[in-house]
Amino acid sequence: MKVFGFNFGARKSSSADTAKERLQILLAHERGSGAPGPDYLPLLQRDILEAIARHVKVDRDAVDIRMERDADLSSLEINIELPKRAAAR
Amino acid sequence: MSKVIVVTSGKGGVGKTTSAAAIGAGLALRGHKTVVIDFDVGLRNLDMIMGCERRVVFDFINVIQGDAKLKQALIKDRRVDTLSILPTSQTRDKDALTQEGVEKVLGELREEFDYIVCDSPAGIERGAQLAMYFADEAIVVTNPEVSSVRDSDRVLGLLNSRTRKAEEDGTIPAHLLLTRYDAKRIESGEMMKVEDVLEILAIPLLGIVPESTAVLRASNTGTPVVHDETSGAGRAYRDAVARLAGDSVEMKIAGDEKPGLFQRLFGRTA
Repeated sequence: MKVFGFNFGARKSSSADTAKERLQILLAHERGSGAPGPDYLPLLQRDILEAIARHVKVDRDAVDIRMERDADLSSLEINIELPKRAAAR
Repeated sequence: MSKVIVVTSGKGGVGKTTSAAAIGAGLALRGHKTVVIDFDVGLRNLDMIMGCERRVVFDFINVIQGDAKLKQALIKDRRVDTLSILPTSQTRDKDALTQEGVEKVLGELREEFDYIVCDSPAGIERGAQLAMYFADEAIVVTNPEVSSVRDSDRVLGLLNSRTRKAEEDGTIPAHLLLTRYDAKRIESGEMMKVEDVLEILAIPLLGIVPESTAVLRASNTGTPVVHDETSGAGRAYRDAVARLAGDSVEMKIAGDEKPGLFQRLFGRTA
């Protein structure tokens, strides 16, 4: 209940809300509604590298993959450092 | 020189992951390059406690099996730049861990980090044994409660027989971290005193972490409790970390700071 801007009701524990939200996002991904588990990432990385390797020579170590999962949207960021010679071409 | 520290207990639910996260973050806050590794294959939780669960791409098992480079699997903490996390796999089982694989990854980590904190799974099976095998030191997390103390004693036996350090030197330095300490229940005689537990386990005391509402709040938000300086638990972990790093800090049981009138009126968001 809010009277004159003061909150008299039991204050909602905001950290518990955070916990619930984090779990919902995480578990939605882990249960993965038919989507493959996180183990597809090494295969995805291999395929991307193979495709690129057909055109330019890249170092396996020069690949950086980052992921950010969110409620509505997940992003996968792949950075591949191209060798100097290839970039100049 | 780098140091591998295993956080172990035998019994589950005593606060291993909470402690590994708090100690790892605490060491990093002191400027040491630190990595915390989750050894609980199949039941990944360190990532949640450290608040990086949405950023896991590759894991410890991917690195062991050669599917990813170590550099790709390490997650940099967003709060402390000297801290990294190596998550484990949520989908594989314990057999994916091999002694050779663990040795190789720890060897690589030793080149880059000052402290490598291994968060052991509960139990005394393969995962727990591999988490401790290459350790230079151990932190045994114990609650002042009969089954926890008994399990800790069993784990101490394993530490002093099934670790490389013990095979070489005959013994491994082990510290006791007493957690979920409840002063009221100890006063009323329901719970064993610190001296009682120390007398039974006979290893040096690293710290006493009081039962604190801050611990649940910390795991809810994915922030290691050592960041919460107003909580008794947070300060207890800071002291324990200082002792681990070689400082001499007086052993005291810290209570939670009561919020002042100002804080109570205007509230604090966790």
